[in-house]
Amino acid sequence: MSDTAKPAPAKVLVRRHSAVTRLTHWINVLALSVLLMSGLQIFNAHPALYWGQKSTFAQPWVWIDGREKPSGEFEGFTRIGKAEFATTGVLGFSGDPGENRAFPAWATIPSYRDLASGRRWHFFFAWLFVINGLVYLLWSLIGGHLRRDLWPTRAQLRLRHILHEIGTHARLRFAKGKEARTYNILQKLTYLAVILVLLPLMVLTGLSMSPGFNAAAPWLLDLFGGRQSARTIHFLSAAGIVLFVLVHVVMVLVSGFWNNLRSMITGRYAIQVEGDRP
Amino acid sequence: MTDANRRGWLKGAGAAAAGLFVSACDRLNAHAGFSGMLQSAEGLTRRAQRLVIDRKALAPEFTPADISRDFRANGSTAPDDPAYGAMVESGFSDYRLVIDGLVERPLQLTLADLRAQPARAQITRHDCVEGWSSIGKWRGARLGPLLEKAGLKPNARYIVFHCADVLEPTLDGTGQYYESIDLIDAYHPQTILAYEMNDAPLPVKHGAPVRLRVERQLGYKHAKYVMRLEAVEDYAHLGRGKGGFWEDRGYEWYAGI
Repeated sequence: MSDTAKPAPAKVLVRRHSAVTRLTHWINVLALSVLLMSGLQIFNAHPALYWGQKSTFAQPWVWIDGREKPSGEFEGFTRIGKAEFATTGVLGFSGDPGENRAFPAWATIPSYRDLASGRRWHFFFAWLFVINGLVYLLWSLIGGHLRRDLWPTRAQLRLRHILHEIGTHARLRFAKGKEARTYNILQKLTYLAVILVLLPLMVLTGLSMSPGFNAAAPWLLDLFGGRQSARTIHFLSAAGIVLFVLVHVVMVLVSGFWNNLRSMITGRYAIQVEGDRP
Repeated sequence: MTDANRRGWLKGAGAAAAGLFVSACDRLNAHAGFSGMLQSAEGLTRRAQRLVIDRKALAPEFTPADISRDFRANGSTAPDDPAYGAMVESGFSDYRLVIDGLVERPLQLTLADLRAQPARAQITRHDCVEGWSSIGKWRGARLGPLLEKAGLKPNARYIVFHCADVLEPTLDGTGQYYESIDLIDAYHPQTILAYEMNDAPLPVKHGAPVRLRVERQLGYKHAKYVMRLEAVEDYAHLGRGKGGFWEDRGYEWYAGI
C-alpha cells in the first residue's frame, strides 16, 4: 500500500513499441513456433546428432529413441555423450498407444510422423522468418531503433551497474517509473544476443545443411566445421531460443503482464510518475 | 488464487493452447489450399538457389581420409525383380543402359561402353533427407557428354531416370522408383552415372550397376539401379506426375535444401 501522506503516483501511458516492432514481433512468434515444431518433426526422422562433416552412426553425441525391454514393454531413452536418461512418455517413446518417436506428438507439426509435410512447413515459415527478420533489422538500423533503444550506454555497461541490475532482477523488483521507459542493461544485452547472434546463427546453420548452398558458400560449411556440426549447432541454437523464450515469458508475467502485453499490442506502456507529469 | 492454483491453471492453459495449436496445424496440413501455399515456398527456394549458386559451382569434395566406413543405404537395398536378380547373377554382363526419349540418336550401352565414356571421380557427401550424411568416393560416366552423344532434341527439358527397383508395391505400378533432373543439373560437371564406389564396383545395396550422383541435391534424387534415361519435355505423365518416387509422396522436386 502506498503511503497516504504522499500523493499516489500517477499512471501515465507512454509510447513504448513502434508499429514495426510490434508487427514483426508477433510474426516472429508465429514463425518461430512453427519452425521449432516442424524442426522437431524433421529431427524425429533421424533422432541423432553428430559433430563433423559426416554421421558416425555408432557414436552420435545425442541420441533420442525408443526400444523394447526384455519384459516386452517399451521405453524411451535420451543419450547425451555416455550418459543415458530414461525419458519414456516424453522423449524417445510416447503417445497412446505408444510409439518410437524422439519428440512427442504435442511438440511436432504435424503431430503424426510426416517428414515431407514437416519440411514444407519448415521452409515456408523459414522464408517468412527471414523476410520478417530482414524488415526488422533494416528498419532498426535505418530508423535508429537499434542505436536508440537497444544499444547499451556507457553508464549501463559498468560492471557495478550490471551487478546491481542482476540483483534487482533476482529479487523480481522492476523499474516502474521513468527508468522503465527504456530497456535495462540485461534486456538490452539479451535482446541483442538473440537478434544479432542466435537468430542469424539459425539461418546460417540452416543454410549450411543445404547441399545446394554448400556449392555456393563452402566457406560457411568450413566455419561451422561440417554439415553434421551445422545440424548440431542448429539444434543447440534452437534450444537457446527456447530457453530465451521461457525466461522472456516469465519476465513478462512477473513484471506486469497486462502492461507488457498491451505495450506489444497497442504500443502503450504505463509508467508511474510522481508529481509533475513527464 | 494461491500460487499452486495459479501454476496449475497456467500449466493447464499452456497445455490446452499447445493442443489447440497442434490440432489446428494438423487440420491445415490436410487442407489442399493451405498445403499448396506451403508448397509454393519450394519454387521460391529453387529460384533463389539457382540465382545465388553458379551453374557450374561444385559441391564440396573431400579427401580419402574422410570416406565413411559406415555409408548407410536407404530405400531399396536388394531389388526383388527377377530380371534384376538375373543380371546380378551374371555380373551385369547383359546390362544395357538405354538412353532414349527426346534424343536424336537413342543409345544402348553395356557397362564396358559406359566405362569407356568420359569419366569423373569425386569424393563427396551424401545427404539424406532424414538428416544424416555419409562420405563416399564415386567414379562414373559424366552425364553431359553422354547426352551430347545422344543429341538432345530442342524441346527436351528434363532427364528422367527409370530404375529397376519397386520401392512400394502398388497395383498401378506407381511404386517403381524413378527420378528426374533438369538440364542445369544434367550438364553439371559433377553429375555422373556412377559405376564405382570407393574404388570397387558399385555394391547392390548402393544401386548396382549404375546410380546417379547429382551432388547438389539430397539423397533421394540420386537414383539407384538406373536402367533407362529418358529425355522428356515434361514429367506429368510419369508415375503420379511429380517427377519422382518421393516427389509423388510429398517431397520436393528441387531437393537442394
